[in-house]
Amino acid sequence: MKKEDVPQDSSALDGVTRDVCYVKDIDGKYTTDLSVGWDVKKIALDNAWEDIHERVKEAALLVRNGEKSPIFYYMELKLMDLPILAAYTGFWQFTIKQHFKPSVFKKLNDKKLFNYSKAFEITINELKNFNG
Amino acid sequence: MDKILLPYNHLQTAHCENGVATGLLKHHGLGFMTEPLMFGLGSGIFYIHIPFLMINNGPAISYRSMPGWIFSRASKLLGVKVNRRKFNSEKDAIEYLDNQIKLGNPVGCQVGVYNLPYFPSEYRFHFNAHNIVVYGKENGNYLVSDPVMETVTTLTEEDMLKVRFAKGPLAPKGHVYYPENVKQVSKEKIQIAIQKAMKRSAFDMLNIPGPICGVDGINYTAKQIRKWRDKLGPKKAGLYLGQIVRMQEEIGTGGGGFRFLYAAFLEQAYGYIPNDALLKLSDEFTKAGDLWRASAINMGRIYKGRLNDQKDYDQSADMLDEIAAIERQAFKNISKLKLI
Repeated sequence: MKKEDVPQDSSALDGVTRDVCYVKDIDGKYTTDLSVGWDVKKIALDNAWEDIHERVKEAALLVRNGEKSPIFYYMELKLMDLPILAAYTGFWQFTIKQHFKPSVFKKLNDKKLFNYSKAFEITINELKNFNG
Repeated sequence: MDKILLPYNHLQTAHCENGVATGLLKHHGLGFMTEPLMFGLGSGIFYIHIPFLMINNGPAISYRSMPGWIFSRASKLLGVKVNRRKFNSEKDAIEYLDNQIKLGNPVGCQVGVYNLPYFPSEYRFHFNAHNIVVYGKENGNYLVSDPVMETVTTLTEEDMLKVRFAKGPLAPKGHVYYPENVKQVSKEKIQIAIQKAMKRSAFDMLNIPGPICGVDGINYTAKQIRKWRDKLGPKKAGLYLGQIVRMQEEIGTGGGGFRFLYAAFLEQAYGYIPNDALLKLSDEFTKAGDLWRASAINMGRIYKGRLNDQKDYDQSADMLDEIAAIERQAFKNISKLKLI
């Protein structure tokens, strides 16, 4: 990439930082330059977030319809998946899947709920009284 | 008020591990170290597409070697020892870090980015192999030099603990590291290191068995892309392509930044070993980087929704196959090359 081709498209980096790029100067030697962002990458990131928002919305609907427990919703909201949630809570993935069932979730004791609330950085009350 | 500020020079780089490793070696007196040299000597250039594994609901692809390897490999070649510590106890981890600062030793820390407050929120996923330097403490806040940031920053004790004990894949477990007993390195030693590191990269890219690593891995991704539109539907296929572009660097311009870094390494290597073959190879990797960039633009047209025919997916795949061919030839030339 040549120095004059360094993309300068406004992105999520605005006001936070700029990217270091290795580029060729006019003499054809490598140097560095700073980029505020690149549309191609920004749109990929935007799309990923749009997908996340949809997943969260869908999860909220499943909880409201009584198909999933709030644990499932917060897992999506906090960008986690089963392996990550298992690592944070210390539960097996299999166990967490059980806890996704509203009927099982209702019977969970506070100690187990505390593990989840800690992982999600919310209170047990928020976890119990879902209003997403 | 308590304040310890160690004389560490903040260094902004394209990639965090290079940045921490380069900064720490410079701090210990190896002034010749640069990011491209670190990346090259650490045999950082790589490619892997891990099938069945999903990261953030997309394909698991990496354009560089395993986290931690760049510093370890480069240090070994330069005769530098890297001291690494991981912890089971949070208390021990805090004490150890605070103690290193008191001893006057700036250290590298592996952290998760999900809870890094100064990161742009759009980039805060559960990615646990980010690297920063801690170079002091003031009023209970850690002084932090993060190589992807333009300036230095700080972390509270609470945030520092969270990011050092982020959980999930590549969990840092409080990982702290720093070089020890760093001695001056002779030009001859650097020359030998350059040759060895290049051969190592050529081996990694050409000779690891199986279809998912090195240049074969690039062909593997190309093969997958051809199937994605029919198999996943346009929306999900678009998200997968987006992931390929996003993974080209963490925070970075995408488009094969690591290839440009390697090209810059080869150019700097020429400064140590004036062999024209190095400059020719550098040009090849610049070409590969430019093509990675072009392929990202092409994939971008698909996930922006401007293009969505099978032929557009095929075109992206063809570009990756072309990149694989260029890199295969370049690494073959490196395997045959005799520099010293």
